[in-house]
Formats: sequence, C-alpha cells, structure tokens
Amino acid sequence: MSSTSVLGGVVRRREDPALIQGGGRYTDDVKLAGTAHVAFVRSPFAHANVLSVDTSAAEAMDGVLAVYTAADVEHLGLLVAQAPVGALRPLLNNGTVKHVGEAVAMVVAEDPYLARDAADAVDVDYDALAAVVDLKHSLSDEMLVHEDLGSNTLVSWTGPFGADADGLAAVKAGIDAEKSRDDVVVVTQEMINQRLIPVPIEPRSVLADYQIGYGRFDIYSSTQIPSALAGAIGKYFGMALNQVTVKAMEVGGGFGCKLNVYNDEVLVAFASKQLGCPVKWTETRREAANSTIQGRGWIATATMTGTTDGEILGFELEGIADMGAYSQNFTVAIPFLGVFVGSGQYSFPTHWKMDCVTTHTMTTDAYRGAGRPEAAYYLERILDMYSRKIGMDPAEVRRKNYIPASEFPGAVSPMGFPMDTGDYETNLDAALESAGWSGLLAERDAARADGRHVGVGIATYVEVCGFGPSGLVDLGFSWAEYQMPSAFNGSSLVRVHPDGSATVSIGTGPSGQGHQTTWAQIVGDGLGMDVDRIRVIHGDTEEAPPIIGTFGSRSAAVDGSACFEATQKVQAKAARIAAHLLEASEDDIEFADGGAQVVGTDSSVSWGEIAKTAYQPHLLPEGMEGGLEAHAIFSPGNATWPFGTHIAMVEVDTDTGDVKLLRYIGMDDCGNVISPMIVDGQIHGGIAQGVGQAMFEDAVYDMDGNLLSASLVDYILPTAADLPSFELGRTVTPTDINPLGVKGIGEAGTIGAAQTVVNAVVDALESLGVTHIDMPLRPQRVWQAIQDAQA
Amino acid sequence: MYPRQFDYLAPSSLDEALSALDANPGAKVLAGGMSLLPMMKLRLLSPEVVVDIGRIDGLGDITDNGDSISIGALVTHGEVAANGLVQEHGAALATAASWTGDRQVRNRGTCCGSMVHADVAADQPVAALALGATMVAASSGGTREIAAADFFVDTLMSALEPNEILTEMRIPKVGAGTGSAYDKLGRRGGHTDYAVAGVAASVTRSNGSISAATVAVTGVGNRPALAGGVADALVGTDGSDAAIEAAASHATDGIDVLEDLYGSVGYKTHLAQVFAARAIGAALAAAG
Repeated sequence: MSSTSVLGGVVRRREDPALIQGGGRYTDDVKLAGTAHVAFVRSPFAHANVLSVDTSAAEAMDGVLAVYTAADVEHLGLLVAQAPVGALRPLLNNGTVKHVGEAVAMVVAEDPYLARDAADAVDVDYDALAAVVDLKHSLSDEMLVHEDLGSNTLVSWTGPFGADADGLAAVKAGIDAEKSRDDVVVVTQEMINQRLIPVPIEPRSVLADYQIGYGRFDIYSSTQIPSALAGAIGKYFGMALNQVTVKAMEVGGGFGCKLNVYNDEVLVAFASKQLGCPVKWTETRREAANSTIQGRGWIATATMTGTTDGEILGFELEGIADMGAYSQNFTVAIPFLGVFVGSGQYSFPTHWKMDCVTTHTMTTDAYRGAGRPEAAYYLERILDMYSRKIGMDPAEVRRKNYIPASEFPGAVSPMGFPMDTGDYETNLDAALESAGWSGLLAERDAARADGRHVGVGIATYVEVCGFGPSGLVDLGFSWAEYQMPSAFNGSSLVRVHPDGSATVSIGTGPSGQGHQTTWAQIVGDGLGMDVDRIRVIHGDTEEAPPIIGTFGSRSAAVDGSACFEATQKVQAKAARIAAHLLEASEDDIEFADGGAQVVGTDSSVSWGEIAKTAYQPHLLPEGMEGGLEAHAIFSPGNATWPFGTHIAMVEVDTDTGDVKLLRYIGMDDCGNVISPMIVDGQIHGGIAQGVGQAMFEDAVYDMDGNLLSASLVDYILPTAADLPSFELGRTVTPTDINPLGVKGIGEAGTIGAAQTVVNAVVDALESLGVTHIDMPLRPQRVWQAIQDAQA
Repeated sequence: MYPRQFDYLAPSSLDEALSALDANPGAKVLAGGMSLLPMMKLRLLSPEVVVDIGRIDGLGDITDNGDSISIGALVTHGEVAANGLVQEHGAALATAASWTGDRQVRNRGTCCGSMVHADVAADQPVAALALGATMVAASSGGTREIAAADFFVDTLMSALEPNEILTEMRIPKVGAGTGSAYDKLGRRGGHTDYAVAGVAASVTRSNGSISAATVAVTGVGNRPALAGGVADALVGTDGSDAAIEAAASHATDGIDVLEDLYGSVGYKTHLAQVFAARAIGAALAAAG
C-alpha cells in the first residue's frame, strides 16, 4: 500500500445514519404510479405431473390484470445459469414439477392482496409422484429426477485438482499404503453438513418498469449482481445492454442467495412489458424458504490417517452434495469451491471426491462460504477426532502439519492450487495467546472437577476468495450467458467534479458490506481528500462500469483494487495540474488535507482549484486533455487465501442436552485491513451464521420433499441473545497479488465457526463417550448422542 | 403474508363487542394480535370480521380482589412479568410471561390471549393450570367462570364459545408456605422460544411435609395439561430430592406425548420429568 493515512483507521460506516433512521431505500420502498402486483401459484408437491391449470376463475376476478401460465413464457427459454450442468429451470412449469414451491402460474393484479386471492383461485390439478430426497437414494439412480439426464449425478469433483484418474488413484494408494504401519491410526466418520436457508433480513423483491415507446427497462431488484441481471434481461427480451438499467438500492443482506438471476425477476419484467405498467413482486418468508436458493446439504465420510505422534499422512473425503432440482447460477460449482480449500492449511496428501446429485428439492447454490465451510468442517472435525484418538493437544497437531511460512509466497496446496501468502503458525500462536489456551484448558478441567460438562474446541481454516483472475474462465466459470464479459475482473470509475468533490462509480452490489465507506476511504486516501467529499455509487448499471457484483468475499480485493488504480490515475493527472499551477516539479507534489502541496513548502492548491482548472482546457499544461476522471479494470493473478484460527468454550447441560456457548475467540488474517470496524462486523456476522449452522439452523425435508422448517418459527436463526461477545483479534499477512494487500473477510467467520463449536461440544462430552454429533447441535440431538454413547 | 379481506370493528364498550360477536358468527377477537395476525397472514385463519377490543376501557388492569388477582384481557405479557402482585402470588406465571416470545411480543401480546390461543407449547397456560386460575368469560347472555383445568380442550382450542370474550383471568392469592415456579427448555435452548417441554408447579408445605401440589406440563402433548400423577405422588412426602424425583417420574402419565421437530416422544418424556423436578424444587424453595 502506497500510503496509509486513512486506510486502517477506524472510520464509522457512512451508510448507517440512513439505515438507523429508517431512511434506507429498499426495492419494496419504490412506489411507481400504476404499479401492478404479482403472486405466484406454486407447486405444493415435490414431484407431480401437472394435469391441468384452470385460470378462468382467477381471470374473472375484479382487479386481476393477467394470469400467465407456461405456454405464455415458453418462448423466452429456460432460466440462465453460469454452468449449464444438469437441468435448467423452466420460468413457469406446467409439465412435471420437481420441487415444492416451483412456480406454475403467475397472477398480476392491482394490489398484492388481490393477487394472492386470485392465485388461490387458480385451479391446478396435480398427479403427485414419489420424490427423491435422500442423497444416497439419489446417488443410486433407482429413480431419476430428470429422466433425460440418464443419471442423478451431475458431476463429480475430485482433488487434487487437475489430477487424472491415474493421478487420483496414486494419491489414494499412497495414503492407503501408510494405513498398515504399526505406528499409524486411521480415524473415519460419516458426517452431515445440513441444508441451510439463507434468510436475509430483507426478502427478495423486484420491480420492473418497461417504458412504452422508449423501449427500455428500469429494473429495481434486491440483487447482489445488478449487471448480470441487466444482461440477462437484455438477453431474454432482445435488448441492448444500454436499454436495461438495473438498480439495486439498499440490499438488506444477501449471503449468496441474491447471487442468482431468478425466474421471478424475468417473469416480472415479462409482465411489465406485456401490460405496459410497472410490476412488482416481493417474496414472503415462506416463499423465500421454498423458492430462493438454499445452501450446504452434504453427507460425506472423512478419513484421517496419521502416526501416533501427530504426523498426518493423508486425508480422504468422499461424499455426496445436494444440488436440488435445477441448476441455477453457480449450483454445481459450489462443491468445487470446496476442492480449493480441501486440504486447509496443511501439507498432507489429500484425496477428495464429491458427487453432485439432483433431488426433488429447491436448488442449492452459494450461501455464505459456499463449499468452503463444508470442506473446512469435514477436515477440521476429523482432524479433531484424530487428535483425540492419539491424545495430543489439537492445537499442536495442527501446528505439526502446517504448510510452513517459509514456503510462501509460492506454496502449492496438496489440492494443487498455488496460494498467495500465509503464515499459519503465527496466527495459531496469536489465537492461543488471545484465548489464554493453557488457562482455558485449566478452567475447563476445574469445571469438570465440579461435575460440569465444559468443553474447548479449536479449528483453523483457509479460505479462497477474491475471485478475479481472467483465467478462471478457462475453468468453465463464465458470465457469457448473462451478456457479460466472461471474466471476473474488478472495475471502477473515479471522477473529480469541478467543485473538487469526487464520485466513485463501481459495479459492486453490496448488501451490508459497507462499500459506501470502504471505497470512499480508498479514494480519499489516494487523493488526500476528506471522505465526506466523496460520493459512492454502486448497484446501478446506468452509472457504474459493468462488472458482475458482490459475492465470494471479492469486492475489496478485486473492485477495491480497481478503485485504487483508478484513483492512482486521477492522482497522477491531478499532480501534473497542481505542478503546473504551483510552478513546481510533478515529483514534488503530494496530496493531503484536501489538496496538493509542494513537499517541504507551504505552497499548495486545493482540490477545488485543481478541478476547476481541469475543466478549463486552456488553463492546462500544453497537450493535456480536459476533465479529471479515470476508469480502471483490475484482473488479479490469483484468488486470495485468507486464514484463521477460532476457539470456542461451551457448557452442556447433560440432563437436557442444552448447549451454552460461553466464549468465542476469533483470530483472522485477511491481509491488510482498510476499515477495522467493517472487518470486525463481517467476522461477527460470519461467526453468527457459522454458530447458527452448528447449533440452530436446519432445512428439514421429509421423505415426500416437503420443507418442514419453512417459517421462522421452525427455522431457528441465531440472535444476539444466543451469542457471547466475540473476542476478535487479527494477524496481518498481506497478499502479494493486489496493490492494497487485502484478501477478503466476508465469509471467513462462517468458514471457521461451525467446526469450532462442534469440536468444543464433543470435547465437553468426551468423558461420556461421545465422539461425534451431527449438526445442528440442538438439545435433543445432544441428549440422544449422550444416551447412545452410554448405551 | 397477505390475509384475505376482512371487516375490522373497533367497539368502545364490552357490550358493543359482544353484540358484534353475536352478529358475526365466526368473527375473531383481536387483543395483542401476536397469534391471530400471523395465522391470518398465513391464511390458516380467515375470519370475515375481526373485533378489536383494544379500545375498551377497563380491560387493561391487574387488580387486587382481596383473595385473588384479576388480570384483564388487555394486560400484556410484559406487564404480567413485571407485576409485584403476580410475582408474589403467582411466580410461575410471572416467570412464564417473562419467557414468552421476545421483548416486542411481550409488549404487545396479552396473557389472556395466550390462554385463548391455547398453543401446545405456550408457557403461560401451564402456569394458569398450576396456580388454579379461573377464566372469566363474558357473552351477551352474561358471564361464566371456567376453571383453568377445564379450559384447555384440545390443540389450539379452549372452552371459550365463539360469542364469548375472556375478559379476565383470576389467580388465587397464596399465603406463607406456598410457592410456585416454572421451568422449561426453549426450542433454541435455554429459556428462549416456545417450550420443547416446560413444567409449572405450585406447592404448599405445612408442618414439614407437602400438603398440596398442582403440576402442569406444556410442549409435550396436544394441549397444556395437568400432571395429576406428579401431584399425587408428591403430596404427603417430605419434599426431599428423592421424593421430588420419584414424583417427577409421573410427569407425562396420562398424557399422549407427541413427537415434533424438536423432540422425540422419549426425549420429551424425559424433559418433562427433568423440568417437573426442577420446577417443584424451585417452587419448594420459594415456599420457604
């Protein structure tokens, strides 16, 4: 980082005053005159033939403008997807529906109440069929979800990445050969990483405004990927990108579930174009549960092979991942993200195989962490079981098997990926010191002596994020179907106005990440300008350069770097102007305190004067163009690889199985930190969602494919009251692949937390013979595990 | 979350409200709305008329009747939890109210509404059972009193007739030697959220032995229910830990324990016993 005057300082989030005062403008807040409202008719069956759809009663109701069925929209084609592996989703389905909540018909009416009434009046005759829900059942191919695919298995991801069948077999044979050694133990466990429902506080919402005569769309949507949505809408309706504007205003959480273009967004746009009026739809919570993507859903067996003194000789993972009924944006790519981090921070040989299968359930896709929490969970749980088996301190077992700091930069993980930077032992030591590790264990032992069941858990993680390399396209990730440049580059436009204020326009689509603050800090730091003089425009495809959006902990590393580089360009030009005005050498100009000055003198010029000059070409140096703005596209050479160590302390009431989280210590390393408060906030939220998976959340499907936990009464989310104050610290190992030295922090907490908590609970119950409990560790499950262990 | 269309009436007197119920069979009474409105939004319930009793004077008080305490139809969970009289004479109810919902719900939802809703996993109905509460139901034909023991009929069904309003709940005052308590496991652990299982107990100790006990269990069956077997086994004992544990083993006698997302039959049965023992222990401690 070239200068650090603002970066790294504690800056309050600029977006909060509007949000705290109720002034935040969300999609559903937009009221356009004459707006019609949508309600969907959705399948109550997981698998059924639709025999007939009778819309006559609904169409006859006062205030109903239209009822659309599959025949009306079939000409538009199927829902776009990034990796078209498996079956793509019909926009409306009047053939064979494949999950509860699948859209069958769409009603448009004058108000949302009428729309709901009319949707209830659409008479659909279904012939219900048996459903495939269980993952092992799906893998068996006894019953196919999509007959034409010939198999329920859509793809199998293997690691090490890039190894062919012989190469994979060789890794496996190498690990197997060690298993017969006298000084080797082998620990194996099947574990479930359960399905989760993302539940952002703001449900999804879309408002489409087709402008008759102008032939263009304004689309307001609660999305993380405004540019991709604009491209998709343009593709469906044969419109150029400059005829579709998508505005994602305030977005109240996304966690990956808004990283999709949805059929409802396309359908609402369709209705607006057909009817010539604005059309809006906002999902209900129950719709969100059944018809917005879900996350996780793995069952896998982890095996750890190592010596009795803690040298790990191999890790194997083999399992099945649930893709749901249809492939959407990333769906089958999510478990592939697990391959990246399958060997974590460690150097031991790793053999990895996940079969991605389809089922009669809602689609899975990216949910905070997306494949990486699952991979980290299996690795860190089995590592813990192995440590327990050989009776070694789990922290020391980890230390013994790290990729050493001396191999960075340039280390290649056992899974075959070059990693940017890492120093795992320093991070571990910081975590142990922060927690007071030996004291913590002594406190635990003292509590146990009093008859309490207290446990301590530790886990580490490596994340891969900041996806931006143009070369990713070669792996099959492409936005081409969304009329986007296929790459994952960052892009930013910085403009200084004639009054010396500045605007940064950027293609990110934040949903709480604090970009209003962070981008202003980067620009303010580069230009020596007060952040209050800098406006940030994001989530608006009309204003911002087209780039794909916010997900995968990528914005700071990729778009932030573009922002930095655009700022550098503006600064360079401004320095020439300032030098000209101050009659000094350009090399002697520095920016601070709202303007430029000649180093070592009191000769200075304000941004206002520089900018005013910039827009009067006759005052500029000979040959210089007027204006003061710059655009930068940033394509990094690699993803970034943050890491961390988490520690938890829990107490279990063994009479009831109730788990209380007593302490939670996080030591994360995301490289350089731009805004400490925002980074800490991201870790807080991430840990809360990881603890949520560990202790509370569960998307429960019955064998008929009904989602039993479709309301927030039955889908239990963690609240502040369920959590202790997190004790956070950080180590700083800057990346070498971007100019800011930043990695990414949006998902780290989630990737680290679940296994930390489960390791702690198992530790608490060690004396009762419990070795593993599947998540969520709700009281009944914990109590039952104790009963089973005691039986 | 869009309810079907309904008419909304906001009478200013009880007589007016009762007439509205007579005139509109199937009408529903709205007090705090914490249960009614979600059911309407989910279209599980679609009354044609909603009668809001929130503007009727005289229903929002907790009053001392000398030998009993009246909790009016509009008294919120939060007010019950914080009330000194309730804490003194019906600690089980005060505790149950303090663990109901979250702060927003407690500031809006009503104790009497919780009784009428009769949720299988609600906290306060079992406290009413354990405390021997009396429900006062008004209709245009007059008022009648219903013992709590007769009030909770079935899943989400009370003994209240469609044309009646529960205007108050009375709990008897207690003297020295009597104490009550409520304990539970919530769905998200601890005391938070609906009860996976919960037990309220009221116990009287005289001359070193237990002379009276009433125990009720929530969360495990189709309705909040008295656990007569526990009380029978407890009365006459010295209230020792062993006696409590023996009595608590009867917690689900006569109750058809039902499995749900939060517990198997075996687990719920076990929990009912654990919390019966804990509630009785706490009630005895309070009895002095």
